[in-house]
Amino acid sequence: MKSKRAKPPAKRKPNGAQGAPLTELHGIGKTFDSGVIALRDISFSIRRGEFLSLLGASGCGKTSLLRIVAGLLAPDTGDIAWQEGNRPRETGFVFQEPALMPWASIGANIRLPLQLLGIDGRTAELRTRDALSQVGLEKFADSRPHELSGGMRMRASLARALIVKPKLLLMDEPFAALDEISRFKLNDELLALWQKLGCTIVFVTHSVFEAAYLSTRTLVMSSRPGTIVEEVRFLPATERFDPQYRTSASFAARARKLSQALERAQ
Amino acid sequence: MKKRDLLAPFIAIAILITAWETAVRYFALAPQVLPAPSLILQTLIADARLLFGSLLVTLRITFAALFIATATGVLLAILFSASRFAERALFPIAVILQVTPIIAIAPLLLIYLEPANAVLACAALVAFFPILSNTALGFASADRQLRDLFSLYDAGPLKTLLYLRFPTALPYFLGGLRIAGGLALIGAIVGEIAAGSAGAGSGLAWRIIEAGHRVNIPRMYAALVLIVLAGVVIFALLSWLQHIALRRWHASAITAE
Repeated sequence: MKSKRAKPPAKRKPNGAQGAPLTELHGIGKTFDSGVIALRDISFSIRRGEFLSLLGASGCGKTSLLRIVAGLLAPDTGDIAWQEGNRPRETGFVFQEPALMPWASIGANIRLPLQLLGIDGRTAELRTRDALSQVGLEKFADSRPHELSGGMRMRASLARALIVKPKLLLMDEPFAALDEISRFKLNDELLALWQKLGCTIVFVTHSVFEAAYLSTRTLVMSSRPGTIVEEVRFLPATERFDPQYRTSASFAARARKLSQALERAQ
Repeated sequence: MKKRDLLAPFIAIAILITAWETAVRYFALAPQVLPAPSLILQTLIADARLLFGSLLVTLRITFAALFIATATGVLLAILFSASRFAERALFPIAVILQVTPIIAIAPLLLIYLEPANAVLACAALVAFFPILSNTALGFASADRQLRDLFSLYDAGPLKTLLYLRFPTALPYFLGGLRIAGGLALIGAIVGEIAAGSAGAGSGLAWRIIEAGHRVNIPRMYAALVLIVLAGVVIFALLSWLQHIALRRWHASAITAE
């Protein structure tokens, strides 16, 4: 968060990009105190409206990279330029675990970002209700996190990220701990929300299938040090919203393409 | 819990007391050797005014000490969570105070302080450490991802303390408080014994010493019974407080479906 670049973001529109860059990263490097080089020379831009996946094996520095994008971790080298105003108020973050406050009701958990930003009263009330209904948890505002299933807790976590009306939604393997049925369902719901809200999503995953299913663009990462080795672009496809998509040949082709890229990355 | 489980400790204690009573009668032991439970109860009733007055004195010291220990323990824990340096500098001193036997410090305290204050200081000193160490651990246990969330939305240290660190630390603090309650009572007794006749001489421990000098063994036992009961009640009270505060959300209080 200390390395904000003064220069305004470029307005160029690269091939196949969905829009102008929202956030740009240049030569990002990070070495941990232990001496492990987590990230080396990472440059990419996050484009407005895209669903960008960061795909890589566990321990490749994906989480660190996401925290750098969020401004939670300062890189050792390189710089990052945020589009004016998209931090922190307009960034949502969904963690690996639901990370809900166990002592607070679901409603209070979801309202937390507004509380921290000093937004309260009627506005907070209405936005909490909106966020709850976006993830289908209207009836659980007064429940405690321990009363909900894993999938529902993750929904609550998503609602908490959505309540700030994020331009940029950062997600760190959010569904990795869920069973496949819940994961598929949440994948579909996430795509629908992305379409409806028109936000930009950066999605960290180690699942080839999840990346192939969700993203408009995937950056494939290698491990130790974490670098971006390949970019795989998919055309924004309307067929994605076909219920048969998960078993279609085009989905299989995408997954294969990503698998091969991931193998080359090892 | 089943009714039988609830009753179990009472039944065990009843059996123990009955055996004690029977043994004293069977072997015709003199009260100076071992008073029967019935005699202890009689003494308790006969000396009620004296003994319960002393109980009140000891309890007042215990709770005052617990209050002081809680206030200083929590404040220091807040300081530790705010400053790594303060923790590095001061925590070892707290450990030194903790590992030095209170019975060895008490005579020194009695030189520097008024006897009543020295007794209070003894009790507060022993009660203070579990509160400090537990609460400090609690403050440091805030979920990493939640901490990220708080800094993402620019919550300052005060908001993070109020909305994240305090609730996270509550179960740890209450666990420490439950230990500290019993320790405060022990500290008060130790202080009173060290103070001896120099003290105001009215706490329960003093009654034990006094009765010992007069070879009034039943009264020694009666005073001891009151100390034990006070300890049990304090423990039960703090356990109940813990249960009430945590029953809606904490893993220790939630029963699996």
